[in-house]
Amino acid sequence: MNLLVCISKTPETTAKISFNADSTEFNTEGIQYIMNPYDEWYALVRAIELQEAMGGKVVVINVGPAENDIVIRKALAIGADEAIRIDGEAKSASYVAKQIAEYAKDKSFDMILLGKESIDYNGSLVGAMIAEYLDLPFLSYASKMKLEGNEATVTCDIEGGVEVLKLQIPFVVSASKGMAEQRIPNMRGIMMSKKKPLEVIGPVDFSAKEQITKYQLPAEKSGVRLIDPQDMDELVRLLHEEAKVI
Amino acid sequence: MSILVYIEAINGNFKKAAYELCNYGCKLAESMSTQCIALTNADSSVAQKLSNYGADKIVNFSHEALHDSKMMTKLISDFAKANDASVVILADNSRGKSLLGRIATRMDGSVVSSVTTLPDLTNQFAVDKSLFSGKSVGTFQMVSNFKIISVSRNSIGVQEISKPSNVETFDASSYSSDVSLVETTRVQGTVPLPEAELVVSAGRGMKGPENWGIIEELAETLGATTACSRPVSDSGWRPHHEHVGQTGIAIKPNLYIAIGISGAIQHLAGVNNSKTIVVINKDSEAPFFKAADYGVVADLFDVVPRLNESLKKFKEG
Ligand SMILES: Cc1cc2nc3c(=O)[nH]c(=O)nc-3n(C[C@H](O)[C@H](O)[C@H](O)COP(=O)(O)OP(=O)(O)OC[C@H]3O[C@@H](n4cnc5c(N)ncnc54)[C@H](O)[C@@H]3O)c2cc1C
Repeated sequence: MNLLVCISKTPETTAKISFNADSTEFNTEGIQYIMNPYDEWYALVRAIELQEAMGGKVVVINVGPAENDIVIRKALAIGADEAIRIDGEAKSASYVAKQIAEYAKDKSFDMILLGKESIDYNGSLVGAMIAEYLDLPFLSYASKMKLEGNEATVTCDIEGGVEVLKLQIPFVVSASKGMAEQRIPNMRGIMMSKKKPLEVIGPVDFSAKEQITKYQLPAEKSGVRLIDPQDMDELVRLLHEEAKVI
Repeated sequence: MSILVYIEAINGNFKKAAYELCNYGCKLAESMSTQCIALTNADSSVAQKLSNYGADKIVNFSHEALHDSKMMTKLISDFAKANDASVVILADNSRGKSLLGRIATRMDGSVVSSVTTLPDLTNQFAVDKSLFSGKSVGTFQMVSNFKIISVSRNSIGVQEISKPSNVETFDASSYSSDVSLVETTRVQGTVPLPEAELVVSAGRGMKGPENWGIIEELAETLGATTACSRPVSDSGWRPHHEHVGQTGIAIKPNLYIAIGISGAIQHLAGVNNSKTIVVINKDSEAPFFKAADYGVVADLFDVVPRLNESLKKFKEG
């Protein structure tokens, strides 16, 4: 099994989101970064499990600057075998997908895995785009995957339920909760990660076709109205008459 | 030129979100002085309903493999080209997300997911999208001639707009799939969490899964869907599909009742776009109160059953 896992770097989940003075740029000052949880907890770990069971190797790939190496090393510490970093600025989903597809197109990976979305831009686009570039099937929001020989049975989350699909490798799959259990890197993994290969390659030309021009924070709540715990009739009345939600 | 909206019927029927999507296509088409074409898998009699929501032209097709994003991308892209569509609109659900990036790549277009506003035609087709799981909003300009978006539920609401359109049929029999569907399972009886207008959610304050009876009773009285915080689903107290937040499902119901949930930033990220938030927590310092519209500082085991009684009284009204 040759597996490729796409990992992205996202602001840490408690990061305070703010913007520059004219709201055109995300303020990165003081922001700590982590590996996107869906990539790390589910896609990467599932790939490692498959590799452990069937042999082969797990390659992780990231599009971004040298600062991202710390996140890439963590993926190696968790258990990936090799890493590729494409030294470009991850400006948009289409840019990232194009770079990864260019890298993967002649490597005959059996499966390309990634998280269902990144927790910063929540685009859920990259996997579908890579699949289209490589003309492969794409399954999204997979919460379970079994492999027998070349045939995979994949359970995908849909609204209020699941769809169970069967197909042959190779394909691209995006992982959601349930696919695997988070793994914490151990000391040995961390030591070994320093020796594992991390290859840096240049990007291909590609210009994004959409751009963010402005950011906003959601409207603040005006303040909580406390209700006497003894008077739940009053809460019901307010929900009906004031909030008009029941 | 035209605007193409792909509208999927679930179990043969449309949900409210389908009509909102059709409305969105119609409004955009009107502002661009062109026509809105609705492409759907629904039977003709069901498909015809889209004429009440602004479709100028309705085209239906029938195929077993709607789950195959590769095949559906070809089908929708071919149809878009044949009808000279400059914008394709999809639902912002699991299906839409599996198609959006693919179609954008195939058609070499601009793409934005989870759009919440109609495009601003005076500003490079700018649309808003929620970012950081609801912690902020970004405005995106879309510069290609071809554009594709998925539209979030409850973005523009639903309105009846009658058009004299009839249903035509598109022959999709030449499209073949190599992904087979083994089975589809849907939770019966309740509205799926991403679509729910009323949500009752509970956290670690519940102490254990054996105590969830009061939450289920409250949800039943309200006709609400149940949700939970991450540690609750991680501990196996509740199923994964109930987990809301930054690493769970992001929702924006009309009413979110949070019971015994502290309101950590990762939890708030997925729920803070709810219209009205009620927080029940015994700790008056719980951070959730800052994000709430109504708060009850009390022991949940005492207050939830009484809230249920009051609601029952109200319902029987
Ligand atoms: C990378 C990352 C991602 C995360 N993603 C998510 C996510 O998507 N969703 C999510 O929910 N969390 C997420 N978390 C976890 C989050 O940080 C919190 O730990 C979690 O939300 C807390 O859950 P809780 O509110 O149920 O439990 P607690 O924080 O333990 O809160 C329990 C609350 O119940 C109250 N309580 C206790 N007993 C009673 C009683 N008898 N009556 C009334 N109130 C009572 C307490 O006062 C307390 O406020 C994430 C964390 C990380 C690090």
